[in-house]
Amino acid sequence: MAAISMKNIVKKYGDGFPAVNDVSIDVADGEFVILVGPSGCGKSTLLRMIVGLEDITSGDMIIGERKVNDLAPRERNLAMVFQNYALYPHLTVYENIAFPLRLAGASNDEVDRKVREASKTLELDEHLERKPANLSGGQRQRVAMGRAIVREADAFLFDEPLSNLDAKLRGQMRTEIARLQKKLGITTVYVTHDQTEAMTLGDRVAVLKRGVLQQLASPRELYDNPGNLFVAGFIGSPPMNFLPAEVDGTTVKLPFGSVQIPAEKAEKVAGKGLLIAGIRPENFEDASVIEAKDAASTFTAKVEVVEWLGNETYAYIPFEAPPEVADQLRQLERDLDGESLRTQLVVALDGTSRIKEGEDAEIWIDSRKMHLFDPATGENLTIDREHAGRVLDHAMSEAAEQPAAAG
Amino acid sequence: MKQKIGTAVGCLLILIWCLLPVAWIISLSFKSQDAITNGSPGFFPADGDGAGWQNYIDVWNNDQFRRAIFNSIGISLIATLLSVIIATLAAYAIARLEFKGKKFVLSTALAIAMFPVVSLVGPLFDMWRTFGLYDTWPGLIIPYMSFTLPLAIWTLSAFFREIPWEMEQAAQVDGATSWQAFRKVIVPLAAPGVFTAAILTFFFAWNDFVFGISLTSTESARPIPAALSFFVGADPFNRPASLLAAGAVIATIPIVLIVLVFQRKIVAGLTSGAVKG
Repeated sequence: MAAISMKNIVKKYGDGFPAVNDVSIDVADGEFVILVGPSGCGKSTLLRMIVGLEDITSGDMIIGERKVNDLAPRERNLAMVFQNYALYPHLTVYENIAFPLRLAGASNDEVDRKVREASKTLELDEHLERKPANLSGGQRQRVAMGRAIVREADAFLFDEPLSNLDAKLRGQMRTEIARLQKKLGITTVYVTHDQTEAMTLGDRVAVLKRGVLQQLASPRELYDNPGNLFVAGFIGSPPMNFLPAEVDGTTVKLPFGSVQIPAEKAEKVAGKGLLIAGIRPENFEDASVIEAKDAASTFTAKVEVVEWLGNETYAYIPFEAPPEVADQLRQLERDLDGESLRTQLVVALDGTSRIKEGEDAEIWIDSRKMHLFDPATGENLTIDREHAGRVLDHAMSEAAEQPAAAG
Repeated sequence: MKQKIGTAVGCLLILIWCLLPVAWIISLSFKSQDAITNGSPGFFPADGDGAGWQNYIDVWNNDQFRRAIFNSIGISLIATLLSVIIATLAAYAIARLEFKGKKFVLSTALAIAMFPVVSLVGPLFDMWRTFGLYDTWPGLIIPYMSFTLPLAIWTLSAFFREIPWEMEQAAQVDGATSWQAFRKVIVPLAAPGVFTAAILTFFFAWNDFVFGISLTSTESARPIPAALSFFVGADPFNRPASLLAAGAVIATIPIVLIVLVFQRKIVAGLTSGAVKG
């Protein structure tokens, strides 16, 4: 058990490419921290620096009380689960799990006791004598975890452990990992590009973009108070809607009409000119299914496509964005590994909504939950800093200056 | 159905083409010397021409022959073992480490492998006599190694490149030193490659004739292919063909055995399983 503390960690490759840029993250003892970001954001590199498989260009990596910058992986006493599991194909499941113990020179009795204990926890008992090649993806995943838990390491490190599994198994293993971590109470750092995993597993989530830390906060804080456009667009599915907005007093002018926002929000953005408004799909509703609606916060728009999912309905409403906002939104879309062809609004409506495709619909909007972003820097102007964890100012523009990763 | 018959016929033709000389040698080895001198055209010995196992017994009772077999086995095994060990280490370094002159090492190795053996025999003969290596086991083991190492290094480094980096990294995180990771994870995974290299090396050493006949002068180091050529018997104008045939058959047995044993290992290694799926 140990806390992990990263201080101003920098990783530059031989060709000068900066993979990780001045990242500081403190992981408390027993905490579950997620590193998340689109591909090429340096999250795996950061994890590999913790475990010692990558050199640290500058900064301090402290595990427990020790500075481990120059220690070999085996001297750091960490356990890691690799993306492709990295099981030893020539050894049985039993010997795979026993491998770290054998290296540590444990006696046969001790090895047997600990392996059986781990295999019981992970329900691998009937597979102990099989070879990894004969196991299913989920079983291999469990063997990899067995190899990690058997040796009482100071911390667990996971490198996208679920990305090779199919969707159903992924959900099960996610719960399994959460359960195991709570049971063992062990410090865990988990890398993923999947925001669902990030939201459900982590005590705190660190969002990275091009090697720059954007925000470090609990999932709820990230969701409710994203520090900038990037975090706002990355967290949440379907993603947050971004609309061009102009604020005049407490009135926000959107492409579909004007809505009122609370005075304290309006104050923060007064006189800023053209902004980007961020509204999550669920903050919209079909006006006809709402009892007490506020007339000032509804607008009418033509719905292009409707997707009915039973419990809710997604409606797609296209809009035109002015060029300065459109550029920023396109760039954002690229950063998030996405590719949308048009600017459109995605709204999540109640399942009972009767809105049809091609019809004009009256949509209610919860403007209290609206965020307003500066289109130039991407920063959230209406953020509630007390409930936003650690927000790194200018992180988004800093990241934009970094060269994009090749792969 | 037609295709199946075609395949069978094709296989049969190739088998006959490859195995006819072997079959003929075996046939000769069971005929008596007189029968061969007088001409014995049939595949099976004619009445009274058969020698039974006598040729084999005679050849085996020959001290020179037994000594040559012993030399061959010893020299080939030692050369194979050393060559495979060195090649494994070298190939691992080439596959995994970044160092200056890597290309140079690889291309030099290839250049050496392309050298005609005969062109080196003369200088080696002089050198070995000066060094006192002439007509000794090391005198043959060294040239065998230098000709088999390049091939072994190329084969093995290809195998090592196939093994994912994560294997070693996982081992290191699990607490292994680099050496332990190599020995406990990488070498077992590269076993098919190691055995392939071993077979190739053993073939070369066992079948070599040029070095064997040029760098030896007595039976203290003469390997079996060279020894067979000295096996002239009492009358140089009447070579003991049946004895030679029996000797050739005996000389083939070890290599067949070794290939069978190693081949099983290669197959076992190939099916031992991948990383993910």
